[in-house]
Amino acid sequence: MDIKAYIALSLTLFTLGIIGVLVRRNAIIIFMCIELMLNAVNLLLVAFSKMHEASTAAKLSPTFAGDAQILVFFIMVVAAAEVSVGLAIIVMLYRNTHSVDVNFLNRLKN
Amino acid sequence: MNNVLQIVWLIPVLPLIGFLINGAGRNVLSKGISGFIGSAVVLGSFLLSVFVFMQVKSGNTHVAHYFNFINVDMLKIGFDFKIDQLSSLFLLIITGVGFLIHVYSTSYMHEEPSKDFAKYFAYLNLFVFSMLLLVMGANYVIMFIGWEGVGLCSYLLIGYWFKNNDYTNAAKKAFIMNRIGDLGFLLAVFWLIAKLGTVDYQSVFDVVANPKTNPLTAFDITGITLLLFVGATGKSAQIPLYTWLPDAMAGPTPVSALIHAATMVTAGIYMIARSNILYTMAPHTQHVVAVIGLATGVLAATIALKQNDIKKVLAYSTVSQLGYMFLGLGVGAYTGAVFHVMTHAFFKALLFLGAGSVIHAMGGEQDMRNMGGLNKHMRTTHMTFLLGCLAIAGMPPFSGFFSKDEILASAYAKNPVLWGIGVITAMMTAFYMFRLYAMTFKGQFRGTHEQEHHLHESPAAITIPLIVLAILAVAGGWVGIPEVFMHGGHKLEAFLEPVFASSNAITAKHEMSHSTEYMLMGVSVAGALVALLYALNVFSKYQKSEKESTGISKILENKWYVDELYNAIIVNPIKAISAFLNNIVERKLIDGLVNGTGKVVNYGSRQLRWLQSGQVGAYVLLMVIGILLLFIIQLFL
Repeated sequence: MDIKAYIALSLTLFTLGIIGVLVRRNAIIIFMCIELMLNAVNLLLVAFSKMHEASTAAKLSPTFAGDAQILVFFIMVVAAAEVSVGLAIIVMLYRNTHSVDVNFLNRLKN
Repeated sequence: MNNVLQIVWLIPVLPLIGFLINGAGRNVLSKGISGFIGSAVVLGSFLLSVFVFMQVKSGNTHVAHYFNFINVDMLKIGFDFKIDQLSSLFLLIITGVGFLIHVYSTSYMHEEPSKDFAKYFAYLNLFVFSMLLLVMGANYVIMFIGWEGVGLCSYLLIGYWFKNNDYTNAAKKAFIMNRIGDLGFLLAVFWLIAKLGTVDYQSVFDVVANPKTNPLTAFDITGITLLLFVGATGKSAQIPLYTWLPDAMAGPTPVSALIHAATMVTAGIYMIARSNILYTMAPHTQHVVAVIGLATGVLAATIALKQNDIKKVLAYSTVSQLGYMFLGLGVGAYTGAVFHVMTHAFFKALLFLGAGSVIHAMGGEQDMRNMGGLNKHMRTTHMTFLLGCLAIAGMPPFSGFFSKDEILASAYAKNPVLWGIGVITAMMTAFYMFRLYAMTFKGQFRGTHEQEHHLHESPAAITIPLIVLAILAVAGGWVGIPEVFMHGGHKLEAFLEPVFASSNAITAKHEMSHSTEYMLMGVSVAGALVALLYALNVFSKYQKSEKESTGISKILENKWYVDELYNAIIVNPIKAISAFLNNIVERKLIDGLVNGTGKVVNYGSRQLRWLQSGQVGAYVLLMVIGILLLFIIQLFL
């Protein structure tokens, strides 16, 4: 399968994420968009890994093949940890402002 | 004391100890104690100097090495003392006259508060220390330390009454003019180091005197000697740097006697006499020295003719006599110049101290127009002063006659014109000294009634130094009786012979017939005698008059307007440049740059603050734009 399809999908997802972050004000949505960007990159990583393996890695040792796939799990774990911190921030934001609108964050200024 | 040469370091260290005690204890020491310490340490140095002189006279010279003062790569400058004929003679003059002046000061400065009194003695001791360092140093660097030290002490003592603004200005003037000269000295030392790699007298002179090893070109020697002479013009008050010395009379009178007549101002003569071989090898410089010396002598003598301040007359007379000494150095009469330094130290210190005694009796009055008839009130001062005047006028057999005659005879051998101008200067000297004498001691008293009532002879601490100096002023010249009078009479010349030997080997000794010498002496003595009697006659009948002087005498009263000239061509332009630098460069440019930097940062931050809006969306947008830019740069550029 051609790598270009993966790149196109990943790019679309990433751009969607960016647009979401830029235009939405709801903190939860923004958060989800960030996750979307993260996973777009993840997808690209997995795709590259697969293609790379098909072309060159097979000539090297067989154990080498799955390394990049494993890296994705690491990223997911770190992302999960990050999500818990991010959600905690949003909860605190809601308690203080009774809203999840990020534009109210400027109230922290004073 | 055979090993006295081993402890020569004690000679300068004693006054240094006196300085430390008096300086540190100025708040607790009583006047009696600080005066005693100040004088005693100098007496100690004097006694040691006498022993040293005895040793040197019996033929023992000595170079003492204490430690390396500068030790860099090939350049080694030791902290060395050189005790030879020349330095031992100067040691005697400095400590001997210095001691008398210290004793005199204990009485003269007695009115001062005890704190200032101790401070005064501390400065005086420090001066003696520096002066001794100057003459004892065995290389130019040690001499330079003393050279700067005496300049500092001169500044401190001229500005002793520092609450008076004029006096402080006089002190600053002296210091700055000295500094101009010092720069020349310093450049000469650098030149020597660059060419020879050493500043030690012995090695420099040995290398230079031997034609085989001499690495200096004629240009080098002329340059070095001229620069050294610039240093001498500053310290010894010669044209063009002489104007500080008359202003230096702002200091207490004993200071004028010690620093500005007997010792410090002769440092330039000592330095040239010490470097005599260099000067002998640079005939162009010698001409410059002789001409400048003579010009200073004439100029200062003409100014002295019309001054009314008793100390100013003596100050200009000092400048004039120093000019004489430089004339002597310039025509190669090194012995004569050193001889004149010695006799001048005696009679000029005497005259200054006598003037101090008069000022003391007059209650601080220095204007001779308000004096007169003091001979009736102050017998000792009058008698000693008269002897001093006769000595400086060059009357035989007083000391000034012998030394002045020797310089004039050498000048005649070089060029009769120099001699002629010298004789005219000598006549002017006799004239103004006896004008001073007559206006002060003869005629009627012209001051106020309170002053007349207050007139008294000074106490013994003042009169005894006067008497001792008077004896020296009379008899001091007898160590240098010329050959025509007595064979082998010039003991000083024989004594100093080793110092000037290499110079004498180069210059042919001038032989003059006895009749010529008698003629020269006769003319100068007769000229001086005429001037003396004329002045005595005219000014004994002096009456105060209010009429403004005109023509040449007005110019002389105003000292040829030299100070005004210097103000116009040097001081005022510098002030204008300073004002420009202050108002434009400093205030506008530098301050503008500094304040401008602050303002730009302030304004910039005020504008940048609007970026920090608190809108999260805006931050993210900027971040994305930034990332995109980085991508574009990375991929397409």
